[in-house]
Amino acid sequence: MADTAVHTREGAEQAARPSLLNRIFLHNLSGKIAAIPMMATVLIVFIGCTVWTIYFSFTNSRLLPTGKFVGFDQYERLFATSRWNVSVTNLVTYGVFSLVFTLGIGFLLAVLMDQKIRFESAFRTIMLYPFALSFIVTGLVWQWIMNPTLGLQGTMRNLGWESFTFDWIANPRMVLFALLIAGLWQGVGFCMVLMLAGLRGVDEEIWKAARVDGIPTWRTYVSVVLPMMRGVLVTAVVLIGSGIVRLYDLVVALTNGGPGISSEVPAKYVYNYMFGGGNIGQGLAAATMMLVTVLIIMVPWAYLEFGGRGRR
Amino acid sequence: MKKFAVVAAMATAFLGSTSAYAVDLEVTHWWTSAGEAAAIAEFAKVFEEETGNNWVDSALAGSGTGANPVIISRIIGGDPMGATQMNTGRDAEELIQAGLMRDLTDVVADMDLDSFYVDQSLLEACRYEGGLYCLPINIHSWDWLWLSTAAYEEIGQPVPTNWDEYVASWPALEEAGILPFGLATGWPISGVPGVLMSGIGGSDLVLAVNRDKSADAVRGPEFREVAEAMDSLRKVISPDMMVPSFGDVGNQLLTGEAAGNIHGDWLQGDLQVAGGVPGEDYECLPALGMGDQLTGGGDSFYFPVLPEGTDPAVIQAQADLARLLISPEAQLKFNLVKGSMPIRTDIDLSAANPCMQKALGLLENGLLPSGDFALSSDTQQQLQDLNIEFLDDDNITVDDYIERYASIIEQAD
Repeated sequence: MADTAVHTREGAEQAARPSLLNRIFLHNLSGKIAAIPMMATVLIVFIGCTVWTIYFSFTNSRLLPTGKFVGFDQYERLFATSRWNVSVTNLVTYGVFSLVFTLGIGFLLAVLMDQKIRFESAFRTIMLYPFALSFIVTGLVWQWIMNPTLGLQGTMRNLGWESFTFDWIANPRMVLFALLIAGLWQGVGFCMVLMLAGLRGVDEEIWKAARVDGIPTWRTYVSVVLPMMRGVLVTAVVLIGSGIVRLYDLVVALTNGGPGISSEVPAKYVYNYMFGGGNIGQGLAAATMMLVTVLIIMVPWAYLEFGGRGRR
Repeated sequence: MKKFAVVAAMATAFLGSTSAYAVDLEVTHWWTSAGEAAAIAEFAKVFEEETGNNWVDSALAGSGTGANPVIISRIIGGDPMGATQMNTGRDAEELIQAGLMRDLTDVVADMDLDSFYVDQSLLEACRYEGGLYCLPINIHSWDWLWLSTAAYEEIGQPVPTNWDEYVASWPALEEAGILPFGLATGWPISGVPGVLMSGIGGSDLVLAVNRDKSADAVRGPEFREVAEAMDSLRKVISPDMMVPSFGDVGNQLLTGEAAGNIHGDWLQGDLQVAGGVPGEDYECLPALGMGDQLTGGGDSFYFPVLPEGTDPAVIQAQADLARLLISPEAQLKFNLVKGSMPIRTDIDLSAANPCMQKALGLLENGLLPSGDFALSSDTQQQLQDLNIEFLDDDNITVDDYIERYASIIEQAD
């Protein structure tokens, strides 16, 4: 390695002009050396494993990745499986509601916090606390609260309110909203803190200018402050979005996919077939579909966000 | 590197232990319910007394569906345990084929397994290319209908003696506010169709579906009766009455909250621990009181190949454990607590309770291959998904169920 580098440098000096090789390998050499671990991680862990995953999703591998190439068989089976289709629909429903409500409630709470209230740090801590709990703990706690016989419903009925009903967790149509309640309880506080940081980042002069112009406070928030918080919003969306796609532990702890298969999610399908079912090919096909879905959403967005410099 | 770490860990453990000869042998299993834990403790006791080694108990939560993945990933990932329990059947077949399990042929060579194993088909799952890679240690059967004496006392009817009588009693039970069928969430439902299949459909149907994987048999009239029984079952089960684990169903039976349950014989271990007496507090009907054969699987012990450089004493401990597990003494102690049937024909089971005695009678007619035993884990997982979905979603008709069951069996391998 070093020998080659020295050799290249000599060659470059002879040419008296920085060659292409020189620019690639020697320009800012220390910076490049420092980046090697990161580059290796990206190439091997991220890209390498992704390629491995996609390749073996086209094989009939069972417990060990040793199968033969079978084309799109695994995908045909995947899309003919009702559990998978239910999982995808569930994730989309959960995702839309989760994104909208986490951002909405998070922003609203942040605005309330921003009103120079007393004990702000105490409230901030209380709101952020659920985020310190893992999804497993969150799921178990809410499983108790929402259990029809032991939890809230049972307690209210024992207190004499006989008609009180809160059985979402056992109701196939409402179970996704039971998940949503637990997910929001856990995630909203973090979103609020991010938003609050964004709000604090807005210059006081802007507020003074708005007040001089007689713009109502809510209007300033919506039309002036919110657009200025674009960076924070993007961060929040990315964090919430990645949380949605990998939704797994909350479901396992809260409902375990039930009742029936009405709260199954894709990540759980991948896990069950890879490990429980001992069918790596099927599990990886499902994992690849998750990746494709994420790419379909991310690529156009990334293009708009980072590409298209010509337009500006 | 990994091997070095294992060796280092073992060396430290070795130096740390007080006796120079005692070694630690880690044993993984998923026997975590009260009755199961008491049963595995019997093995541990015998092992420690006989060999002086330490049994390091690694109980894994989540039964087959949760623990199996952990066991398999540890073996594939190069961190094998000393011994592990798994279901008898095909869950470990690829591990055996990949050479990750120890060949026990020499270990048990002088024991003459063929002479005392109750059913040779049990050992078939362990054999591969002339080697013997696991030892079945018990026979479990799903084919049990458990009935609550207390519940039937309350409605003033005699305890049913077969499935049809049981179904006929449901309206009276529901009127009295008793659950006709207690059920735990998740995997316990997956065994029920197999039980209905052998009880209502008969031995030929089980062989055609599980062994021959005949989709035509699934579409036939016998299987339709099975599907219809599932259909009537789901009408009396509601998700908000399901309990978290099968042991809780046992309690429901003893208190009379639920009248019946189809579950494997390991439920009996829990019933015993909870103080239930067969014939007084609960009744058991093998093969739904209709068939004359049981579908059987059970548990086996596997001994993974340990990495090079492992202390020979640990490898010797593996062999000692293997021989002990199938010894008459350990077999008797273990199975009486576990509620399963021993794999040996030559031990005195007069101490067994009436339920086990019934099972032993049926065992003489030979075992039918259960789904666990004959189908790959992939197929089992698909069937489980189908059953869970069918149970909860009334929009799936009996015809849909049969068709989807048939297409899974068609693709099964």
